[in-house]
Amino acid sequence: MSQPNLTKLRANINRRKLINTMFAFVGLMVIATATIILLTLTIKMAIQGAEKITPEFFTSFPSRRAARAGILSAWVGTCLVMLVTAFAAIPLGVASGIYLEEYAKKNWIADLIEINVTNLAGVPSIIYGLLALGLFVYELGLGQSILTAGLTLALLILPVVIVTTRESLKAIPSSLREAAYALGASKWQTIWDHILPYSFGSILTGVIIGLSRAIGQTAPIITIGALTFIAFLPKSPFTEDFPFVSFEWLQAPFTVMPIQMFNWVSRPQAAFEINAAAAGTVLIFMTLGINAIAIFLRYQLRKGIKW
Amino acid sequence: MSYKQKGFKTVGILAAAASVALIAPAVKSQDGSLIKIDGSSTVYPITEAVAEEFQIEKQGAMQVTVGVSGTGGGFKKFCSGDEAVRTDISNASRTIKESEMEMCEAAGVEYIEIPVAYDAITVVANPENPIESMTVEELGAIWAPESEGEITNWSQVNSEWPDGEFVLYGPGADSGTFDGFTDKINGEEGASRTDYTPSEDDNVLVQGVSSDPNALGYFGYSYYEENQDQLKAIAIDNGDGAVAPSVETVRDGSYAPLSRPIYIYVNAAAAEKPEVAEFVEFYLTNAEGLVPEVGSVPLTPEEYEEGIAKFQNGETGTTAAK
Repeated sequence: MSQPNLTKLRANINRRKLINTMFAFVGLMVIATATIILLTLTIKMAIQGAEKITPEFFTSFPSRRAARAGILSAWVGTCLVMLVTAFAAIPLGVASGIYLEEYAKKNWIADLIEINVTNLAGVPSIIYGLLALGLFVYELGLGQSILTAGLTLALLILPVVIVTTRESLKAIPSSLREAAYALGASKWQTIWDHILPYSFGSILTGVIIGLSRAIGQTAPIITIGALTFIAFLPKSPFTEDFPFVSFEWLQAPFTVMPIQMFNWVSRPQAAFEINAAAAGTVLIFMTLGINAIAIFLRYQLRKGIKW
Repeated sequence: MSYKQKGFKTVGILAAAASVALIAPAVKSQDGSLIKIDGSSTVYPITEAVAEEFQIEKQGAMQVTVGVSGTGGGFKKFCSGDEAVRTDISNASRTIKESEMEMCEAAGVEYIEIPVAYDAITVVANPENPIESMTVEELGAIWAPESEGEITNWSQVNSEWPDGEFVLYGPGADSGTFDGFTDKINGEEGASRTDYTPSEDDNVLVQGVSSDPNALGYFGYSYYEENQDQLKAIAIDNGDGAVAPSVETVRDGSYAPLSRPIYIYVNAAAAEKPEVAEFVEFYLTNAEGLVPEVGSVPLTPEEYEEGIAKFQNGETGTTAAK
């Protein structure tokens, strides 16, 4: 190779290296900006609300006096609604994902369902609220209850759960399925004993993204009739008499964290802003808590995987 | 296999821990009769204060829930044909509309309309603004739909006013305050110029007006009262001299035309129930003390007594013009 050619080649390599470094730098800047803005807002809110985050804040009902107002009915409501959401969305979503990915024939019906599921993920949440008001509250008579709210949010996150379930099933190497079939396992045995346990970690990630979206929803919850002032809690799920469990709490009226925040932010008295900041901080930590549980579970489950 | 059992065991333990965490506080819940209220966000703080005091006094024997779905949304539930959805009391920052009356009639709902406080729409400017008062006509000239893009300078409205472009702030079109202001100032509900900064959150309007010397805005009196150090209320001249908004001028009717009563509507059938009757009477007896606490203007004691009498006599219907 001649000398000038080599110089040209080196210049070319250097130029491409520079572009590579530049992109890495731009990428770093973008993520840093996003993280810094997010952190600044979160920390500012946490500092503003810090003085209000006391045990009383968690054990008090809403009040007209900012100093006395708390989030007891809100956090209990949020937890119970999320419980219903998880119990409804996870089995339904995972089952749909398995069916679509493993069983459904690849024809136009499957295509149609796929397009619909993907599009549903982008539908504004208030639409789900209106749907739920018509279906759950008026048609099925489930009332303006925790059950209705949980099911509404389950609908909202179902597309996310289905799509991530399918993606994680796809990620399992086909050699695993082939090995199971070669040993005479049925399709269901292959899925239940091998595919599903291995993809559980990734499915969980999708579930958490879904639940994190659901926990901050206000519009659909207000649409189906959540309250703002409520100074009592749902009935306990455990009773003293046989059969010791009661599902009456599902029918109870309720409020949730984002509604309390929204109410406090729009009050004229400045002291309520501190309450709103405190409630926001608690909500963020609730979301982080769900995330932490997911990370822990994923770690526990992945420890057992050896390919 | 061993992996799977371990995984599910972890899930089981976490589920159990979560259940215990959820159940612990729920043990405190109590039984009692339920009074359902929903409606306007303007009336909400007052009803919340009353509900809070009522429940303290009854020590949990009675349960009151209050929602905020707006005056219109509240009437939808109040006049609903579905008994599970129907509320006992509706908060309203205006009188019932004809379409809502028809809805109530169709559902067989009769109601008692009771005023509970005054809401004075307050026109505010930045404290640096030299303008102290405006006539209703001047306000109309500023906010009329025809003024959009045409009237943009203080001096165009009144030659004595300074030369400078104004910036307008106001509530969004879904608000009862917007309906009230446009009705009284522009002569038709909903008629307003649209080149202003709208916000459903009145605190955003407070921020806007307090940070811009050329700003003019309007919102509910309570937001002015809480932010008097950053805002200046414009006195309104309705032909008999300029009157600034205050508890006294609103109560004696001299702050006109921007003050209006706000209401609760009680379902006449629900009013037969002792707990609802007790709540409404508690509301009207204690409102005078509680209303100022949340920054609104209370009615006079005589007006509250009239309300109690009206409720006890079960006078249904509305004062709204059909």
